[in-house]
This record gives sequence, C-alpha cells and structure tokens, in this order.
Amino acid sequence: MSCSGPVSELPSLSAALDALRRNEVSSEELVSELLRTIECWNPTLNAYVYVNSEEALACAREADARRRAGDPAPWVGVPIGIKDNICVRGQPCTCGSKILKSYRSPYDATVSRRLREAGAVFVGRLNLDEFAMGSSTETSAWGPARNPWDVDRVAGGSSGGSAAAVAAGMAVAALGSDTGGSIRQPAAFCGCVGLKPSYGRVSRYGLVAYASSLDQIGPLTRTVRDAALLLSVLAGRDPMDSTSLDVPVPDYIAAVDQAPDDLRGRCIGLPREYFAEGIEPDVAQAVKAAVADMARLGADVVEVSLPHTHYAVAAYYLIATAEASANLARFDGVRYGLRVPSEDVLEQYERTRAEGFGQEVKRRIILGTYALSAGYYDAYYLRAQKVRTLIRRDFERAFQQCDLLLTPVAPTTAFRIGERISDPLTMYLGDIFTVPANLAGICAISIPAGLDSRGLPVGLQLMAPALEEARLLQVAHVVEQTRPRLPRPPLASRASGGSPA
Amino acid sequence: MKFAVSIGLEIHVQLRTRTKIFCGCPTTFGAPPNTQVCPVCLGLPGALPVLNREAVRLTVMAGLALGCRINLRSKFDRKNYFYPDMPKNYQISQYDLPLCVGGGLEIETPAGRRFIRLRRIHLEEDVGKNLHFAQSSGVDFNRAGVPLMEIVTEPDLTSADEAHTFLLALKEVLLHGGISDCNLEEGNLRCDVNISVRPEGADELGVKTELKNLNSFRAVHRALDYEIRRQIDLLSCGRTVVQETRRWNDELGITESMRTKEEAHDYRYFPEPDLVPVELTEEQLTEWRAQLPELPAARRARLVREYGLPEYDAKVLTADPDVADFFEAAARRSQQPKIVSNWIMTEVLRVLGERGSSIRDLPLTPDALAELIEMVQRGVINMPAAKSVLAELMEHGGRPAEIIERRGLVQISDRGALEPVVEEVLRDHPGPAADYRNGKAAALQFLIGQVMKRTRGKANPKLVAEVLRARLESQSPSS
Repeated sequence: MSCSGPVSELPSLSAALDALRRNEVSSEELVSELLRTIECWNPTLNAYVYVNSEEALACAREADARRRAGDPAPWVGVPIGIKDNICVRGQPCTCGSKILKSYRSPYDATVSRRLREAGAVFVGRLNLDEFAMGSSTETSAWGPARNPWDVDRVAGGSSGGSAAAVAAGMAVAALGSDTGGSIRQPAAFCGCVGLKPSYGRVSRYGLVAYASSLDQIGPLTRTVRDAALLLSVLAGRDPMDSTSLDVPVPDYIAAVDQAPDDLRGRCIGLPREYFAEGIEPDVAQAVKAAVADMARLGADVVEVSLPHTHYAVAAYYLIATAEASANLARFDGVRYGLRVPSEDVLEQYERTRAEGFGQEVKRRIILGTYALSAGYYDAYYLRAQKVRTLIRRDFERAFQQCDLLLTPVAPTTAFRIGERISDPLTMYLGDIFTVPANLAGICAISIPAGLDSRGLPVGLQLMAPALEEARLLQVAHVVEQTRPRLPRPPLASRASGGSPA
Repeated sequence: MKFAVSIGLEIHVQLRTRTKIFCGCPTTFGAPPNTQVCPVCLGLPGALPVLNREAVRLTVMAGLALGCRINLRSKFDRKNYFYPDMPKNYQISQYDLPLCVGGGLEIETPAGRRFIRLRRIHLEEDVGKNLHFAQSSGVDFNRAGVPLMEIVTEPDLTSADEAHTFLLALKEVLLHGGISDCNLEEGNLRCDVNISVRPEGADELGVKTELKNLNSFRAVHRALDYEIRRQIDLLSCGRTVVQETRRWNDELGITESMRTKEEAHDYRYFPEPDLVPVELTEEQLTEWRAQLPELPAARRARLVREYGLPEYDAKVLTADPDVADFFEAAARRSQQPKIVSNWIMTEVLRVLGERGSSIRDLPLTPDALAELIEMVQRGVINMPAAKSVLAELMEHGGRPAEIIERRGLVQISDRGALEPVVEEVLRDHPGPAADYRNGKAAALQFLIGQVMKRTRGKANPKLVAEVLRARLESQSPSS
C-alpha cells in the first residue's frame, strides 16, 4: 500500500459489522489493514498517540476464534479507537499531558468494559487537547493532530485525534468526549459524524474528568447509522456513575433504519442568535442549503430564539474551569504520574505541576481557582450557574415550538495550526454554538454539510431535548442522505498543493 | 476578674458501615497498608464516587436521636486543599446543606441538668494516614473514604468537665443508636474544640482558638484545662488572645500555635458534581424513627421504673447498651433484677474491665447468669462456689448446673450429713466451743469455718451455724 495520495476506503462501522458477520473479512484482516493505514498516515496526522499493534492483533485473532466457535456477539473483532482520556485496562491514559506520560490505567472505563464485553478490539489511544482543554488539539503535549483535509490546519478539538482518524480511514469508529463541543467541532472540521449524548445518557466512569457536570462520552463515526450503533452499546444506567440516568435505552438502530424518506411532520427550529454576525459566509451558505433541502423534504422550518446564548461561553468557561480546578488537583506526584522529587511536599507539588501541566491547563486551573475563591464565588461561579439555568430554560421554551434545532457547529471551518493558539479568547469564542448543549444537558449531533470554497468540511449541528437521541439520530440520518457525499480527504497540505513530506 | 468560658466541639464519628462511603472497600480496622483500596478511594483518574445509603441512614439516625431537624434535601460539596493523605486533594463533605440541623443533648452537671445545643451534623469521607520512615514517607489509604459524621455543637459548654461529660453522654447515644462503635483506640471518635474566654458579664464571645490533635477524652479535658488557663492568663495581664489553630502536645501537656487566621485555608467549597443531591421523604424518616433504639436517658428511667433499680445501677448498666441488653435478658429470666444488677456490676464488669473486652465477646449468657443466681437463691450452692462457677462461665461458657455437678459443688443442706462433722469439730476444738458457751459469740465463726473446711466449702453456712448453735446450746458447759 502506498503512503502517498488519498487513502483506500476503510469500511464504515455498519459495513465492518456486516462483513465480519458474513465472514467476508476476518477481524485479523480488518485490524491488519487498519494498522497498515495507521502506520502510513499517523506520522502525518498525529491522530494516535499510542498504537498497540501486537495486542490488537492478538485480540483480533482471538475474536476470529470466538466467531468461528459460534459467538454471536455482533461486535466481536470490531476495531475501535479510544480517546486518550478514557481508561482501558492496562493501556496508557495520558490525557495528552506530560503529567500522565507513564501512567497506565489499572481498570476499564464503563464504556470500555461494555465495548470489550461486546467483543470490540482496542487499537490505540487517540490524540486530544491536554485533559480535553482546547478546541484544536494543539494543547496536546504530544503535538497537534492534523486535519486530513489540509494537514496545515487543525483537526479541531479536543477530540481531534478521534475525528482525524475516522476521517482519514485510520479508525472504523472512535470514542471522544464532549464538554463544550469537543466531539462535534472536530467532527465538523474533519468531515465526520460526532454525537454528544444527553448528560447522564452514557456513563462517565473511567473518563478522566475535565468538567464533571458537562462531560459526556460519545461516538465519532463515518455515518449517522454508525453513531447509532455505537451509542446503543454505550448508553444506559451505570451503578458506578451516580449521574447516569436510570431510564430505558431506546432502539437507536431501529430509529435510523426505520427513518422515513422525508421530514413531513417534523418542525425544525433555527435559533436566531446562532445566525448572527461572525459566521463565515461559506458556513452560513452550507447551513442554508441544508435548510432548503429539509424544507423540500416537508419539514416545517421556524425561527426560534435562545436569548441567553450570548452568555453561554462566559458561563461555560467559569463552570468548566471551576470544576477542572478541583478535578485536576489529584495530579500531585504522590500516587501516580509524574513526580519531580523535591525537598518538601509543597515544593514537590509545585514543581510536579509546573513541569507536568501545559499552558492552557494552567490557565484554566488558575481561572477556576479564582472563580471559586472566597469573595468571588457569588460573582462568578454562582452567577454562571444562574446563567446556566436560564440557558436550559431557553431550550425548554424553544423545544415547545419545534422538535429539533438546526445550527452551524462552529462559526468557521478548520483554522490554521498556530493561528489562534496565542489568542485564547478567540479560541474560546469559537465554541459559541456548541457549549449551550452541554450547559443545558441536551443531546446534539454534528454531521457533514458539504465543503467550503477551500475544500474544507462544514458541519451542521442538530440539537434535540434531553434523552431524545432516537429522534435526533433519525432526523440526522434523513438530513445526511440529502447532503453531498464528501470525497476522500487528500491527506495533504492545500497550501503546497502536493502530498506531505 | 472572673471569666466565663465558651467551648464548642467538632466531633468526627466513624459510622458503623461495612463498606466505605463512596466505594465497596471494607472499613475493617488494622489491615496491612493499602490493602483496602480501589480506583475510587485512591482517587485514580476517571473514578467516580457512589454514595453508600447506609452512611446516610446512620447519620439521619444520629440526627433523630439528638433531636435534629433533618433536611429532606441535602447535598455534597467539595472542600479543596492539598495534603498528601487526600487522594483527590479535595474532600467530599457537606457545606451549606448538611443532613441534620439543630438539636442537642442534655447533660448532668454538678449545677444541675444542662441542654447543649448542636449546630449541625454532616457526612463526609475520611482521609488516609501519613506514615513517616527514616528516609521517606508513605501514605496508607485504607482509611481514605471511611464514612465520617461530623457533629458540631454550639459554644454552650463552660468547662473542661462539661465538655468531658458531654462527650461521654454523646458516646452513649451513638452506641445505643447502633450508629458507631465509638472505639477510641481505632480512632472512631475524634474531637476538635473551639474555645474562648471573656470577662464575666460580657455580651460577646471572646477571641477563640481551635485545638487539634486531641486523641482521647482525657486529652480533651487536659487540653481544655490548659487552654482556659492560658487564655485567662493572657487577658488578666492585659494581653489579647490571637485567633488561631493550636495543636495539643500530649507529652508536654501544652497547646502550641499551628497556624493563624491569616494562614487559614480558603477551601473554595462548591457543589460536588459527581453526586446527585440526597433526597429523603417523610415516610422514610418515619420508618427510620421507628427503627431508632431506646436512648440512654429513656432507658435509665425505664430500668428504674420497670425493675425497681436504684438510679446508680441504671446509670452503670446503660453506659454500654450491650450490658443493658444483657441485664434485661437475665433479669427477665431470674425475676431478681437487683441481684442480677449486683452480679453484673461487681463480677461481670470487673472481668470486662480487666480484659478490655465487650460483653458480646463473653461466653457467659444471660440465661446462665440467671440460672446461677437462682441456684444460689434456692440454696443449691453457696456464694463462694457460685463465684467460682461464674468465673468458669465467663471463661468457657456452659450451663451452671452441669458445672456444679461436674465439680461436685452442690451445697450440703442435709442436717443429718452435717451433724457428724459438727461433732468432729467440737471434739477437736474444745477451747472455742467453751468460749462460745461462755458468751464469746465470735467463737462460732471459727467453728463454722472449721466445718466449711472439712466439707471442702460445700456446706450450707446458714445450716452449719444452726446445727452448731443447737448443739452447743443443748449441752450445758458443766456436763
């Protein structure tokens, strides 16, 4: 296999499951092919920070044996990529940070356990912004993941490695985590599907916490149906996570497979505040085109208002950083991870954390510590929580008028590596369309809408009320069919026009 | 100048749960370091807490026993500070919505009964334990995540004696309620105190200090005595008390400055996002209230009323609810409550004290004690024999009748069997016999002793005296 030019197409998750079931391909073949692609393109894209080839192949061979022995589990032998902040027993979990460089998790996250029990094979650990703090994967201690559509551009973040791997055919499907858009925005930038489930739909046990009240694990996949497949394994009550919800899990696959051909009877809301200034014309155009197609399919399209959208980013960066300041306190060099030995324990804390954490993580810990400090708590943290309530009510009111909301995922398409890294405020403002769903705890999905004039993918975001993933996936699937099919990404620099070095 | 003292206590009580507060690790004391740990209580990346409902129930039971108002909706918060024994560098505790609010406990003081108000009771997790070696330090996390209930009093206590009395009374309530084992050696009950003094008659409380490292009730008493003196001395010579935290140095018997107000932590409390609020219902509280065992004060009154015991006996017996249970079981069986009480207070409690063990660990059963007492009453055995049977019962258990039979301790209460022995004794000891006849009554005791000796202690002493007297008085000295 040549390492230049576009990649050969790896099957979608649905196709891989079918092929394995029909014995058209063995897990070993599938995983070998995948490992070859990774070997070929990972040096360019830096999507994986760790690939466990040997173990993955061993697991694949074992899976093939299980399948031959008649194990009917549908997932047996399917390779899945895992974001490097979700624990898999015995594997590294660096969270993109020097402070966890040598750390291996002694236990499985609940999602990892569920996938393992279903028969999935874990191929490697996917790059991310350090502790999922970032919107470009540039804050990773292991270097940025690059965008398969233009390797000079970011893959988005924080699940940039997951999105790049899925888009470039280096993963059949991947897990990401979404605290303020970390699944949806990279999915949009890389031209794949990213689902952020409702808060409490998927267990967080074993996801290294960034902001506990906002974090959710979700799938990054080639298609909406693939997202439904993966969600059906991930979703459900977990006794190890008190915030996971004890409500029945609908049949997401059926919701997609039984989707009608049109959108008659569906009411789609366009929140006025999401179409204000600051959106690139190509992004606005792509969303408009999708709206037109949806109307053509019989959807009622109405304008709605989410009046507190303007405050969402500020509220998000107070709540998330406040929680993060406590969540990251455990990285102190006492029990695991990096330790910089010192004279006394206080100095050891200081030196370990000074050396172990990167700039952005430190910025957020300081911001969050400040927001919780005596005398500032009411003005910052408490007020942000009140804004959060207002934003939740905005959505409740909007969903009385429509079934789903349609918005852009981000104001722009993928930006250049280095373009925003020294300007955190601009970087934060890019999260404006994704953070409200996390604050409100509702579900949202990003699907490819097409390409902009530079040939970069544009994402389309659909949002549905909490626990309405079935509705969300069904409509997303119908809309997906109306969108132009994306070509394979060039895996090259657009600026140079040629293939990467 | 006279000074008034105000003391408030913060008491950490380890709850009687099998497992830790946020994970399934056992709470057993004394295991080798770091053998009762898991990803949750070690604070590994990604691990999440899940609340142990039994810890909530026990805290609410304590609240009900102490007359607190129970918050139907309460929540957990993170208390942030760095310390090597803290796995997450924050402690999951309760800040502004504790499980229990208000309430209090009546104590007896030389000046009469006083009601000491409680401010709140909240639930939190314990931390690990730092260990220091010659060249390095370590942390044992077995204790990390053990459920603790923190009871905070109002500053209502006015002396070291009162504080001590309060702690004993509180311990009784917690033991009776089955809430904690209150084992001080295992650190089940730990206490910090806040103390201030002010000139008598002053409206406002004086500047307070907080005392830490009080590992026993005795240490609380000593530290308070010392600190009250220290503060009064300062104020008396026109100086001021600095608001600070002080550590009790048990060896030197003094308190030493640890940190001042300026150095105090900003704990940056905020609601714990990994746990959902604790919701209780009135029905739940009603059910738990019904489960609440009888408390010490009520039980004391009932023991006096139902069994006719003196106040003193009731107090001694109810100091340990297991002892009180034992008493009631034995008293019901024997119908001789005061005698049962005497046996328990003298013989049984003495042995428990010597061994430092609990009545639950004794092989002696209430039935066996009742049976033994009955046999003494019926004259089957005498007191010395009964004490020796009891000793065996407390050591090995068994049934009194069998032990008496096996050891041949049945009392000789047959006049016909005693008369030849009495004859023998009178023949061998004519002197004392003559003394008695000549009006020296004390000589009879000697003769009884001789008969007991010859029957190897089995004779019924009352009967011996009777036979001796009859024999001596029937024969004139001259005959």
